[in-house]
Amino acid sequence: MSRLSIQTRAERFLATLRHCQVLGLTVADASENSVTMRLPYADQIVGNPMLGTVHGGSLTTLMDTACGTAVFSVLPGFELCPTLDLRMDYMKAATSGLDLIAVAKVTRVASSVVFTECEVYQEENGQLGDLIAKCAATFMRIGENMTPPDFRARIERGDGTDNNRVEEQA
Amino acid sequence: MSQIIDTTAAIRFEDVLRDAQQSGNFQPLVDQIPYANLIGLKFQRLGKDVLFQLPKNDDNIGNPILPAIHGGVIGGFMELSASLHLIMNMDCATLPKMIDFSLDYLRAGRHQDTYAECQVWRQGSRVANVAINAWQTERSSPIATARAHFLLTK
Repeated sequence: MSRLSIQTRAERFLATLRHCQVLGLTVADASENSVTMRLPYADQIVGNPMLGTVHGGSLTTLMDTACGTAVFSVLPGFELCPTLDLRMDYMKAATSGLDLIAVAKVTRVASSVVFTECEVYQEENGQLGDLIAKCAATFMRIGENMTPPDFRARIERGDGTDNNRVEEQA
Repeated sequence: MSQIIDTTAAIRFEDVLRDAQQSGNFQPLVDQIPYANLIGLKFQRLGKDVLFQLPKNDDNIGNPILPAIHGGVIGGFMELSASLHLIMNMDCATLPKMIDFSLDYLRAGRHQDTYAECQVWRQGSRVANVAINAWQTERSSPIATARAHFLLTK
């Protein structure tokens, strides 16, 4: 069986999440225990029309998804882990017009629970700018056998979501 | 890249907020919040109580196989409900800023209508503490419970 790269697993996992397609989330980078995800600025996610700032809810989706994708990517099998809780701090309103970048890390994989942390920065001139929000999230492991076979097949096949790019790893 | 803030839009929104607080009709205010329209938030005022509703919407789904509402959308719905609840029950010239948000997921949010109600546990001069519960079929079986702190600006 071919083994998918972490980047491909992360991209295919994200592609299954309908609301994330609506928001236009993309995987910028995925490695052993970290996922970087982008939320492009869009008028539809504005929460304060006076300032043009994005609503905290779209940041919640960004952080939940980035942490969840990091969890899915780091676990060896095809485990879908529901979120147990999220604790978010909003440090600063994001500047209108700037994309947001989430950097999520898995801090500990235990037998029943996975712990994660995430930071969101606004992108300024192609680099990470001000820290906008932080979160700590925990996920339940319900076991690989609880993952629906359809879902597993979608990740393994890709369903054309990444232009059928096949990667083999030793 | 930065955008020029449309000051006329800002003035209009402040007017809409003031008009809503004077008339008690908050629908025009909610209509002006793009994120509320994106997820499809609705509300019903029952005296001082407010029932918030997130109607079933294909675009709010996370995993399509289960299918379940994206946890982030449930969170966003509860955050927005809390800030609107504050605006509807207090005198403020602008939207309250969220400081932090702690969200516990209790059950999967199924692909059906979701409801939320809020309780302001404490409202000081600068900070408010709000609890939010969300449910689908029965209020006594919540799908998520949350707590938020808001910075109040006069």
